[in-house]
Amino acid sequence: MVDSNLDTNQITQNLSDETTQLATQALQTGTTLLSRYVIQDTLGVGGMGAVYRARDMHFPNVVKVVAVKEMVIQTRDSLVRSTIVRNFEREANLLATLDHPAIPRIYDYFTQNERSYLVLEYINGKDLEAVLSETDDFIPSDKVIRWGVELCDVLSYLHNHKTEPIVFRDMKPSNVMVDQYNHVVLIDFGIAKPFQGPQRGTMIGTEGYSPPEQYRGEATPLADIYALGATLHHLLTRRDPRLEPPFSFSERPILQINPACSQKLAQVVEKALLYSPADRYQSAAEMKDALMAVAKQSGVLVQPPSMKSTSPQAPIEKNTVWEFACEDEIRGSPTYANGTIYIGSYDNNLYALDSDTGQFNWKYPTDGGIVSKPAVYENAVYFGSEDKRLHVVSTRYGKIAWSYYTEGPVRSSPHIAEGHVFIGSDDGRLHAVNTLSGRQAWTLDTGAPIRSTPVVVQDMVYFGTEAGELYCLDYRSTIKWRFKAKRAITSSPVVSQGVVYFGSIDTTLYALDAKSGWVIWRFRLGKPSISTPCLAEELIFTGATDGVIYCIDAKNAKEVWRYTTEHQVTGSPIIHNDALYCGSVDGCLYCLEYRTGRLRWKYRTSAAITGTPVAHEDLVYIGSTNHHIYALMA
Amino acid sequence: MKKFFDTLFGQKTTAEMDIPTQPLPPEPEPTLPKREALEPTQFIVGCAQSVGRQRDHNEDALFTLTTTLTGEDGSIPFGLYIVADGMGGHQFGEVASGIAIRAVASTVVRKLYTTLLNLHPTPPEQSLLEIMQEGTQEAHRAIARQVPGSGTTLTAILILGNQMTVTHVGDSRAYTIKPGGEMEALTRDHTLVKRLVELGRISTDEAAIHPQRNVLYRALGQGEQYDPDINTMQLPETGYLLICSDGLWGVVPDEELYRLVYASASPEEACKKMIDAANAAGGPDNITAILVRLPD
Repeated sequence: MVDSNLDTNQITQNLSDETTQLATQALQTGTTLLSRYVIQDTLGVGGMGAVYRARDMHFPNVVKVVAVKEMVIQTRDSLVRSTIVRNFEREANLLATLDHPAIPRIYDYFTQNERSYLVLEYINGKDLEAVLSETDDFIPSDKVIRWGVELCDVLSYLHNHKTEPIVFRDMKPSNVMVDQYNHVVLIDFGIAKPFQGPQRGTMIGTEGYSPPEQYRGEATPLADIYALGATLHHLLTRRDPRLEPPFSFSERPILQINPACSQKLAQVVEKALLYSPADRYQSAAEMKDALMAVAKQSGVLVQPPSMKSTSPQAPIEKNTVWEFACEDEIRGSPTYANGTIYIGSYDNNLYALDSDTGQFNWKYPTDGGIVSKPAVYENAVYFGSEDKRLHVVSTRYGKIAWSYYTEGPVRSSPHIAEGHVFIGSDDGRLHAVNTLSGRQAWTLDTGAPIRSTPVVVQDMVYFGTEAGELYCLDYRSTIKWRFKAKRAITSSPVVSQGVVYFGSIDTTLYALDAKSGWVIWRFRLGKPSISTPCLAEELIFTGATDGVIYCIDAKNAKEVWRYTTEHQVTGSPIIHNDALYCGSVDGCLYCLEYRTGRLRWKYRTSAAITGTPVAHEDLVYIGSTNHHIYALMA
Repeated sequence: MKKFFDTLFGQKTTAEMDIPTQPLPPEPEPTLPKREALEPTQFIVGCAQSVGRQRDHNEDALFTLTTTLTGEDGSIPFGLYIVADGMGGHQFGEVASGIAIRAVASTVVRKLYTTLLNLHPTPPEQSLLEIMQEGTQEAHRAIARQVPGSGTTLTAILILGNQMTVTHVGDSRAYTIKPGGEMEALTRDHTLVKRLVELGRISTDEAAIHPQRNVLYRALGQGEQYDPDINTMQLPETGYLLICSDGLWGVVPDEELYRLVYASASPEEACKKMIDAANAAGGPDNITAILVRLPD
């Protein structure tokens, strides 16, 4: 058996070498420590060392597995070094005095080659942080209650420790293991220490889970109660407190995030999180009793909890102001202009309806389905059709002004700027057409269908292609820059404050610098998106085929909220006053409070909604594939 | 003679004169030193540091890199400005702030700057936000490894074209200073006291004298997971950007900083005056300032 030969680690000045250095620092599988512990696997790597699974060779005839926790001492400074070693020895000595099923037993500790090791009972399971990251849903309340009760038990044991009470000081999901029998075990006693009455020290503990008084250097048993509350709050809401400002739990009420949680359980957790220690449970035993009472009263321990993310009370369905039936599906989006709603249908007609009454004004037949959203400009309505043409029709009588032929179905929508209409076609070209003459100004061949709607901002034209490219052109059709996404860009770009936003089938929402095309940020969506983002007050909203309506902070790409519908969201959200409106393939039009994502109402049509609504004053208009267009009270 | 003075001080319109001259610029603000618009757009940068009057060593660190990249589509201004204020026992604060500066600057240079210097410039593979995230993450890990127990603040502004990305952890600050006297903080202090004020637990007056006013709840190198604030916004069209450590903003009031900036002929001079003002007020901490003059 070969003993490990480890060199003292040199602190190098070269930063770029250091990341690789850490990877090589972990002990290799097969390394033997003290001629006794054979490293079998690395369980985790942290900033200060790693934790390994090892076999204890003092039991050659059976496989005795232990956990070996390693601390690498890298610093040259003797004072820092001695502090680290002292902490490590304290953890070892502390563990040696403890005996509880939820505390791992310690077998040995030693220092070798600039590294210190603790040999501990191996827990076959995973920590709660891993449990959280492996599921997408809320953790069922009954599990949280069971773990909470067991954690109260072990805290109670520590706080009532014989010679002097021990404060764990670092309660958080990553320090709680759940073993194969679904029992919890506390790990990492690195900073736990006997409580010695009011004292002040340096800031220690984990941000986010620590109570206000711990920042003042006061660590009492009531601090552990708070941290347990924070841990349970994280489990119930899936909101990581380390990513939020400190002491902000009251700004994230559990029931608002996880309606499946019982009110009583939320109350227990929120009481543990009160700002003043005197307002919390005064002992772990008291908190355990409260959790047990919740379990008994609500019966969550026997009843499988509902995982629905919908609100407990169903919102009232909205009343229709009017509806109008076409002869085939409506897949596209209506446009409002001067008291008229224009909408295309797969019965090949473009309809003009009175916006207040839904009364039929006229229709204009084409030779193909219309998904293109009409644009109105100087008494004419512009739209594309699958008959390969861009049609221009007078708004008043629905008579043809002119039409323009492309070589493929036109599914893009027109954008009009500076006397020209810009529209994409499945022929792979972007067409710029003079609005007066109906003559082509220029075309640009991109080689892939263009279904994205072009947008013109500050003399630049932006659009996406089915080959996944986003183009930025000037008025003379010169390419200023091109950006390549991994898959198609069907979503239409929007430009605000010098930034271009759009989604892609590659499941990403992009923010690019409008001038250069450089990526400012990327936001990962759950599934591909063809929805066009919309912006309001530095918030950006979009839908994706995972059925989610996302709200993202445009400045830093952080998710603000999400709302899950029951099917794909292919249309785009719009903002009108303080509400967001968005359709879903589940057949509903949703109205959400746009700052919070809370549902105000939803309106169910009998078939999928694939288009985008439009709103004007008190009414919101939406087409459905059930052939109808609806006007609803906003 | 009258004509000469009229021309010089712009009191009369050119229409009255026989000799055609260039139209005169609008009357300048008397308090502002004369400035010339720079073409192509570029930044003029000043910076200064002082150990202060009450500390015996400097734990602050700073970094500036300013250039203008000229390409087919004109010139693109590029700037990277970082202030870090180290803390922690055993005089290792300066090691932490130094590591933070090197880790972030080297990441930006490697991942972004060198791609722009290529003969055929290619856009970087990662987004600006990802590059800044990676740089701060690397700094965080390196500090935790090399000088455990210490930590640092980090406030960085990366300018590329018309966008600026502000990365921030801790209680150093970045400001925009606009000609009207408007000073706007681009960062939010990650201090416990600031948080207590936000929660209504203490007043602003109490905060100023609170014994824990220097306790941060977020610092690079401390804690396992941390989350810098990274925000991208449009570069202001005119005015200044100021990045400084709490040795400056905690000692010299905003109005005074504004006055010094606009009363100085150059950013270099303004920085020196700001540092002098902080020292004159007692200089209780290390003082660091970077001032970037934006194109007019």
